[in-house]
Amino acid sequence: MSDHEYTPKSKFGKWFNDRLPLLSLASHLTDYPTPKNLNYWWTFGGILTFCLITQIVTGLTLAMHYIAHADMAFESVEHIMRDVNYGWLIRYIHANGASMFFLAVYIHIFRSLFYGSYKSPREIIWIIGIIIYLLMMAAAFMGYVLPWGQMSFWGATVITNLFSAIPLVGEGIVTWLWGGYSVDNPTLTRFFTLHYLIPFLILGLVVLHIWALHVPGNNNPVGIDIKKPSKDTVPFHPYIVIKDGFALLMFMIVFAFFVFYAPNILGHADNYIEANPLVTPAHIVPEWYLLPFYAILRSVPDKLLGVIAMLSAILILAALPWLDTSKIRSAVFRPLYKQFYWILVADVLILGYVGAMPAEGLYLLIARVATAYYFLHFLVILPVLGLKEKTIPLPLSITEPVMGGSPNIAMAKKKESKIE
Amino acid sequence: MAEKKTNRRDFLFTATYAVGAVGVGAVVWPMIDQMNPDASVKALASTEVDVSSVTPGKTITVLWRGKPVFIRRRTQEEITEAKSVKLEDLKDPQKDEDRAKDPEWLVMLGVCTHLGCVPLDQKGDYNGWFCPCHGSHYDTSGRIRKGPAPTNMEVPKYEFVNANTIKIG
Amino acid sequence: MKNILKLISIIILFCVTSANVISAEKVEYLKTDWTFKGLFGKFDRASLQRGYQVYTEVCAACHSMKYLSYRNLSEKGGPEFSVAQAKAIAASFEVIDGPNSDGEMFNRPGKLSDKFVMPYENVKAAEAANGGAYPPDMSVLVKARGGGVDYIYSLLQGYEEAPSGMILDEGVHYNKYMYGNKIKMSAPLSDGIIEYSDGTNASVEQMSKDVTTFLMWAAEPSLEARHQMGFKAIVYLIILTILVYFSMKKIWSRIETEV
Repeated sequence: MSDHEYTPKSKFGKWFNDRLPLLSLASHLTDYPTPKNLNYWWTFGGILTFCLITQIVTGLTLAMHYIAHADMAFESVEHIMRDVNYGWLIRYIHANGASMFFLAVYIHIFRSLFYGSYKSPREIIWIIGIIIYLLMMAAAFMGYVLPWGQMSFWGATVITNLFSAIPLVGEGIVTWLWGGYSVDNPTLTRFFTLHYLIPFLILGLVVLHIWALHVPGNNNPVGIDIKKPSKDTVPFHPYIVIKDGFALLMFMIVFAFFVFYAPNILGHADNYIEANPLVTPAHIVPEWYLLPFYAILRSVPDKLLGVIAMLSAILILAALPWLDTSKIRSAVFRPLYKQFYWILVADVLILGYVGAMPAEGLYLLIARVATAYYFLHFLVILPVLGLKEKTIPLPLSITEPVMGGSPNIAMAKKKESKIE
Repeated sequence: MAEKKTNRRDFLFTATYAVGAVGVGAVVWPMIDQMNPDASVKALASTEVDVSSVTPGKTITVLWRGKPVFIRRRTQEEITEAKSVKLEDLKDPQKDEDRAKDPEWLVMLGVCTHLGCVPLDQKGDYNGWFCPCHGSHYDTSGRIRKGPAPTNMEVPKYEFVNANTIKIG
Repeated sequence: MKNILKLISIIILFCVTSANVISAEKVEYLKTDWTFKGLFGKFDRASLQRGYQVYTEVCAACHSMKYLSYRNLSEKGGPEFSVAQAKAIAASFEVIDGPNSDGEMFNRPGKLSDKFVMPYENVKAAEAANGGAYPPDMSVLVKARGGGVDYIYSLLQGYEEAPSGMILDEGVHYNKYMYGNKIKMSAPLSDGIIEYSDGTNASVEQMSKDVTTFLMWAAEPSLEARHQMGFKAIVYLIILTILVYFSMKKIWSRIETEV
């Protein structure tokens, strides 16, 4: 954080701030210089913070009524839905909130991929983000087990069984995870504990994520460095606060639509059937936000290699700042990379789709091709592109969109200054 | 001119804050209300007790809202004793007829008003109840006579729905 | 901005399509007007009360509804029987309570606070009495089937002669809409099998519609409250969005004037 001379107005404020500089921190956050050309793809960081707080608050209130025991879990969820004041509302917010959380995080990640936000000097921000994403997936996976429906139980069985793929110690690890010889009550209670814990780990990492961001400052659609302070930035409050607020409200309208009018559409009907260890559902499917990884996992015929492929698909992202060799950050100035970016987006959507289908026939073939292409993009295309691509010349500054040209005030407006 | 601009700008922002505050309140309320008794708890807010087997001189204890309720069918002796107590002698003055509409039946929360222990029946210096925790003595009307308890044992809302059944709560 | 909306609509479309694809059967379900669908959907009270009658007189012999309580029958948003009616309904069932002071379990008439009495003591007893097939509990059945109300409505009317060549085991019946076409439940409804207390003609179609409506309420008693609150919430959000939008424009207009 830049050293910022801030003097509190009141005597008490000064006394307190000398001992714990919270007021200085607030002042820094308020004045934090933000590029004025950020477009709406940059509002998802704020939206994600809202999602995390929503999940924590609704989760806490649900935890006051939920019973983490195999014999009572399903019933306690029905008790919440039927008897607890506004229980149905809190439950539906929490369940759909998870989906909204992932929707926002994918947009946030794909924003970074497009504009090169992961590149130097923002590598650590990016890596912390990957860790947050991994923790989100763990929390969501365990949260889905808690209602103890058919999908809860069998999803838990399938995913925990993956660990048996580890040579030598695999079986032992699975038994250790289960706390027994199959997914059962011990598994449920520990998943509840960890599900409760992880959001607070995420909260801590988010603080680090934002702290690391505030060192170099935000990236921007044009991808060039901004010298601070400059007329290219605006103070975070009120400019960015109000813009993030506006975007958040639009997001909440979509959220409200799901909660109030289609609360079960993103879920799976089988999870309204109580868990039965003797009956396996016809199709075991994770929630939609885990589908691409599910597709990658199933596309490899070998169990261990499938697990490695699935994990690599996520971990490879951590290496992205070094895999992408281009000196240019933003895809706005990288026309060839831009094409491959959209192909990657399509590839991930295709993986998501086939992840929901049975792993056979044409679906399996598509999954394999899409998996191979995913790795090709990161391991081959990106490194080569950076070296070979012919990029568009960068502007001098963000208010001077064309190199050497005269500054155009109209271009400095908040709409993205994309060169189509 | 500048003043007019400020007023219009302030109005927009004030209106936005006000509408926003309404939303915040609307969101906060369910979070608070979910901690209030839920529908299944409220359904058990009252309970009906069959007292046909309670003979004079006998006390039964039932659970109501998680707490013990003493239902005692008093003997003529106990009733007379209860009615003859002078109000000045009571720490928490209360007439017996205000505590037992039908003098034969005493219905009260079996919870000592000192710190919540359950007093023992037919014990103590006043032929009523005695709380072993800190030595409170209650009389045949369940009124505090000696000891640290500040008030008489509480009489809940109850009524006889028929000759054999009392509905509490 | 437009891009966000485009992207979000693509994603929603994708989710909805895939959700339907996952749960879709090859057969088209029978369609009818459900009064509770749509933004302002509400239950038809009379239909709910008839549906309760069908459940009690036909289905409850084998199917439990263990997450419902008798008091739910008089609560807002449901069949809305009067409290006295709901009390009488509860009292018409025998409930096991206890142990008493002798340490024994005993029977007593149901109270509003009791859960719906189950036809069998446990799942195994239910299976044993029904040829090994467990008649599923109906509390959330509508939500537990991908096709939802349309599926249940169709299935109740979907009993037909098996196509030639198909051999059915003992106790197995052919149903056009059942997943896999084989079902162990024999056709539960037939014209006039019960007499509706409100005089409506008890055709199979009518009973199917009424009992499915009742099952929808049983699975989602908060449906009406949810729709009403949803409408208010979205109207409120739109108003606030508009206010915030103009506030944003106002604030950002300061930038232009500075340059």
